[in-house]
Amino acid sequence: MEILNRSALELRDLLDKREISSRDIVEAYIKRIEAVEPRVNSFVTLTLEEALKDADRADEMIKNNTQTVLTGIPIALKDNMSTYHVKTTCCSKMLENYLPPFDATVVKLVKEAGMPILGKTNMDEFAMGSSTETSYFGPTKNPWNLDYVPGGSSGGSAASVAARETPFSLGSDTGGSIRQPAAFNGIVGIKPTYGLVSRYGVLPFASSLDQVGPFARNVADSAALLSVLAKHDSLETTSLKGPRPDYLNALGRDIKGLKVGVPKEFFIDGLNKEIEAAVKKALDALKALGAEIIDICLPHSDKALATYYLVATAECSSNMARFDGVRFGHRSENVKDSVTMFKHSRAEGFGPEVKRRIMLGTYALSAGYYDAYYLKALKVRRLIKEDFDQAFSQVDVIVTPTTPSTAFKFGEKVQDPVSMYLSDVFTTTANLAGIPALSMPAGLSSNNLPIGVQIFAPRLGEEIMLNAAFALEKALGSIGLPTLEV
Amino acid sequence: MPLNDYTIVIGLEVHAELMTKSKLFCGCSTSFGSEANSQVCPRCLGLPGTLPVLNKKAVEYAVKAGLAFDCDISKYSKFDRKNYFYPDLSKAYQISQFDQPICGKGHVEFYVGGEKKVVGINRIHLEEEAGKSVHSGATISDSEFSLEDYNRCGIPLIEIVSEPDMRSPEEARIYMETLRNILRYVAVSDCKMEEGSLRCDANISLMPKGATKYGTRTEIKNMNSFRAVQKALEYEALRHAKILDRGEKIVQETRTWDDIAGITASMRSKEEAHDYRYFPEPDLVPIVLTDEFIDDIKNGLPELPVAKFHRYVDEYELPEYDAELITADKDLAEYFEAVIANYKDYKAVSNWLMGEFMRLVNEQSVEISEIKVKPEDLAMMFTLQEKGVISSKIAKTVFEEMFHSGKDPETIVKEKGLVQISDASEIEKIVLDVIEKNPGPVAQYLDGKERVLGFLVGQVMKLSKGKANPQMANDYLRAALAKMVKN
Ligand SMILES: [Zn+2]
Repeated sequence: MEILNRSALELRDLLDKREISSRDIVEAYIKRIEAVEPRVNSFVTLTLEEALKDADRADEMIKNNTQTVLTGIPIALKDNMSTYHVKTTCCSKMLENYLPPFDATVVKLVKEAGMPILGKTNMDEFAMGSSTETSYFGPTKNPWNLDYVPGGSSGGSAASVAARETPFSLGSDTGGSIRQPAAFNGIVGIKPTYGLVSRYGVLPFASSLDQVGPFARNVADSAALLSVLAKHDSLETTSLKGPRPDYLNALGRDIKGLKVGVPKEFFIDGLNKEIEAAVKKALDALKALGAEIIDICLPHSDKALATYYLVATAECSSNMARFDGVRFGHRSENVKDSVTMFKHSRAEGFGPEVKRRIMLGTYALSAGYYDAYYLKALKVRRLIKEDFDQAFSQVDVIVTPTTPSTAFKFGEKVQDPVSMYLSDVFTTTANLAGIPALSMPAGLSSNNLPIGVQIFAPRLGEEIMLNAAFALEKALGSIGLPTLEV
Repeated sequence: MPLNDYTIVIGLEVHAELMTKSKLFCGCSTSFGSEANSQVCPRCLGLPGTLPVLNKKAVEYAVKAGLAFDCDISKYSKFDRKNYFYPDLSKAYQISQFDQPICGKGHVEFYVGGEKKVVGINRIHLEEEAGKSVHSGATISDSEFSLEDYNRCGIPLIEIVSEPDMRSPEEARIYMETLRNILRYVAVSDCKMEEGSLRCDANISLMPKGATKYGTRTEIKNMNSFRAVQKALEYEALRHAKILDRGEKIVQETRTWDDIAGITASMRSKEEAHDYRYFPEPDLVPIVLTDEFIDDIKNGLPELPVAKFHRYVDEYELPEYDAELITADKDLAEYFEAVIANYKDYKAVSNWLMGEFMRLVNEQSVEISEIKVKPEDLAMMFTLQEKGVISSKIAKTVFEEMFHSGKDPETIVKEKGLVQISDASEIEKIVLDVIEKNPGPVAQYLDGKERVLGFLVGQVMKLSKGKANPQMANDYLRAALAKMVKN
């Protein structure tokens, strides 16, 4: 248990002092996975043997003093990240047996850093969902209470960290898919600035919104992992150019005088009272550290969800078109010609939520509807961006709840798509504006479920965002992690 | 009404593959004719998660083409996705440019039956090629299966959209040929219709002479040669005229040209037309061009056919016919200019190129760029002829040998002993020989039938194996025969 309870940076210290080896760490996590995975179901593919080999290579690097900050610390990857000759399914029947012939850039970076890869984590099918219930391989359970969803779409990645099956995982966030499950699982999840982390090789949901980011147990660990991921990628033209800072260096600075914006638009009627209270408590803690709390306006926030679901589904309808049964993925047996091959392969390969979004997006882009839906959504997207520009001319960071409610029970929302979509109501604006945001634990509800607080920063404001989070984390103290003892 | 009571209105959409070494959005080779699916990678196969990276050379070529047609070059343009399902389209969308193309309005000039014609270019945009379906049977419908070859998928294309400015099928063909010539001049496309690197779709409509409102148009596809463009449009114009004459309406539709049957047939109606659901490509940043980038390309442009034509007429005093014919082909024009750098009788060179030279080129069906005769050797051949070393007749023999072996004319003349006989005593000897052997014709000449002289000169040439200086043969014959009259 000793290893499992250590933070990644503590493990770094022990590794560098040669007190433990990477193999020790990986073996401890393998044991934990074997113990709790049957109940949690975080993973869809385990690569434990390969992880042990990775660990030996990492130990070799440490022996040769060529290690970097996370060498030897294991990680799990969301199953929408292409892994060379390791199944990458997006938790869809469509890609049940798909073996990519290349690694996504983020996977390459993790490997180069010497991080053993434990496996691929469960997710909503093609990242479309907020509860991991749309996974073709069955849902992941929330480690805090197995009757509850872990959130989504990166539910497996979040649950694996909360269940201490891994110290780290990667997720992807299109409208909240990192931050909402981070909130539901009581851990830290970061959606970086659009273009900070490479998208190459990550199966897209909505290209202009998708961004890869880390899950970790605390702010410092997540900053360390973000430093590994944040690199310019010449394979992606939307990747931001130039060097990135070491985010660990940003932590621990005094936040006296930090201007913290609080948008009244986020404190809506439907907001859970315990969450409201937890966020207020967090704001008080920041104030006590010398931060200045400022009421601000983000006037178009109520349009964000509708805008998001138009932009995201439009791009999704096009991104999902290549799954036609010709070159890879599921091909129907029931084929007479190319048209029936397309129709039947897609009808059989995609689940209902994916189909719903493809249809919504196709409709929004269709002749006669384009101007009223897609084009209007782009205009509102610009307004939302301008809201943030305006707000960040007054404040350094913005603090809000991550979600309107804590984790919900299985089956509660899956039959009602609109109520499911509403769980993204606070998170989509960051994707629409392309700005960074994170979720971190802010306490526990009366029924012992984690509550998340969200911090937004201006474009490329990761350092100030992480420093504020680090200070807040210290002030609030840890909520701990569930033990999952039987 | 007969067809010439109508005004024919034609616009063309021409696709030309750019001859960049690599594809538009990945590093795969663009070479033609390789083994199926040997020039592919995760990106051009559209594997999920891959992203496009724009080939800068393709942007340069598109701008070059735009400048060659006097187009406005957009300093800001962007890509859009054109969505449709087809097995040869690996991403199920084509990355193209919809409302902000790289080149805006421009124009093309050419001559039709001696009359100058100007056709407007509406736009030029950059996009990617699809792959190729190969069917097991002769047609899709009687095929058991189809295979896909993605070697072509992702090769850069420009689409050149004309204004509806053409008024006859012939104009459309010449417009298309002119586009090809110019694109070859600026070396952005090899424009081989037979390999599919140059293709076109045509829009055609008819309106009564004098009318200003265009009629309903049809779109014609699948015209695979310049001849087919003209033939298909001639057929379609007549079809429209017949329908309109009957008082019926043209159905707006897409039709396909059947080259063997010589007819167009309906492919899909307006209602069946695709809704491509264009939207801005989120995986690519917009193309932003600097003045410097555009100016560099502008400064690097070669002299274009129209400018060359005027220079040939003004500077070299070539007839317009010669100037047009030679400047139409960039390789021929470059060859001409290389020859005249060493030999200044421009008209003689032009005659030779349009005559003997093109005869052999066509006979052997070789590309001008592959011809073995060095331009300076051809100039030397003219010099040898001018100096009287070889006769014009021998010149043809020498040139043929140059064409086949690539040897220089002096070597050929030496090896084959083709030096012209200009030695007076030698020619006199042959002349006397011919007079002795042809008493009949000689008698006729002496009787006053002057035209027999030609026959006798021919005999001198024959006896000398063509090497006798023709002028000297003529002079000496006359002199010898005149002496006989006196005697
Ligand atoms: Zn390729």
